[in-house]
Amino acid sequence: MRRLILATAAVFAVALATDAGAQAMPEYKLALQNHQFEPATLKVPANIKFKVLVTNRGATPMEFESADFNREKIVLPNSTVAVFVGPLEKGTYKFFDDFHQATTGVLVVE
Amino acid sequence: MLGIALLVFREVLEAALIVTIVAAATRGVPRRAAFIGGGIAAGVAGAMIVAVCMGFIEGSLGGIGQEVFNAAVLLAAVAMLGWHVTWMSSHGKQMVQQMHRVTDSVKAGSSSIAILLAVVALAVLREGSEIVLFLFGMAAGGADQLGFFAGVPLGLAGGVAVGFLLYFGLLRIPLRYFFSATNWMLVVLAAGLASSAAGFLIQANVLPAWGNQVWDTSWLLTNGSIVGQAVHVLTGYEARPAGMQLAFWVVTFAILAAGMGVVSSRMTAQRERANRVSKRVSSGAAVTRGA
Repeated sequence: MRRLILATAAVFAVALATDAGAQAMPEYKLALQNHQFEPATLKVPANIKFKVLVTNRGATPMEFESADFNREKIVLPNSTVAVFVGPLEKGTYKFFDDFHQATTGVLVVE
Repeated sequence: MLGIALLVFREVLEAALIVTIVAAATRGVPRRAAFIGGGIAAGVAGAMIVAVCMGFIEGSLGGIGQEVFNAAVLLAAVAMLGWHVTWMSSHGKQMVQQMHRVTDSVKAGSSSIAILLAVVALAVLREGSEIVLFLFGMAAGGADQLGFFAGVPLGLAGGVAVGFLLYFGLLRIPLRYFFSATNWMLVVLAAGLASSAAGFLIQANVLPAWGNQVWDTSWLLTNGSIVGQAVHVLTGYEARPAGMQLAFWVVTFAILAAGMGVVSSRMTAQRERANRVSKRVSSGAAVTRGA
């Protein structure tokens, strides 16, 4: 068990070291209002890491989720969360509100 | 109503699969049902607390509180599963022998079952908090009563039913292989949980991805489907895994497998030594008698 903890700590240390040089990354805004994503199509550049700021303007909690780019994060009403995405290859990636699955949007990576 | 039932089903299914493997792995342990029930109850209580505190969790650690919380819960479960499988490999064989004559004095498994109770509680807590938030939103959003009073029990019953099906399926494994089988399932489960933890830490930008999509098997099985989700819970399957997730999976699997192997080979060595000693003693006795 000690070995597991040490290994995890080592991975963390390496990760933090390699990430220390990360520059300010581009930010994209996404809002949820009346069970619709605004914008419903978000265009982002390929092969870079970026930050998506998801704001829930609805009255109930949502979960920003994507099986295509492996992300899930709960967003409470009237709050904004940051989700780090990418670098992704060119293509179209679907995302949705896990609590209201009819609410969907796409990430267009180009 | 179906939307509510489906979401409840999917979240319950995830927790139920983990609880099922734990239940199978603790077969024959006295007062097991009480421990598992206690774990589930603690998990439900914890889920409500987490749901209430979600605003705080969301805003903490500069906005990455949710990911760090999820990763911490998952890694805690991994550590406990690791401890259990290492412990089990030294006690499992005794348990099989004792199962045929379980008496009140047999305490086999009781020291490890408290650890597994915590694993059950953590699994229920993580999935349960999502159900609570979802239902809270549904109630606030004015969902119809039919949806609630039919959807929630339907989803719950469905998830629990799949858990029971898996349980009775596992019981068909012959007793000789049973604990090795459930132990390996726990190892694979732990590796998958570690990979999910890595996923959250990548999302929070705490860990680099080491390649966002090392492969893409979504044409075969997507994580969005119910089967994909079940396989994901049991094994950590990702249709598009990140390199870091694979690293977590492999490292966890290797450490736990080694932990199991080291302990059981040490046990075998001890047994062999004990056998040799007893043989020597008995042959010595024969020599004495001959003289």
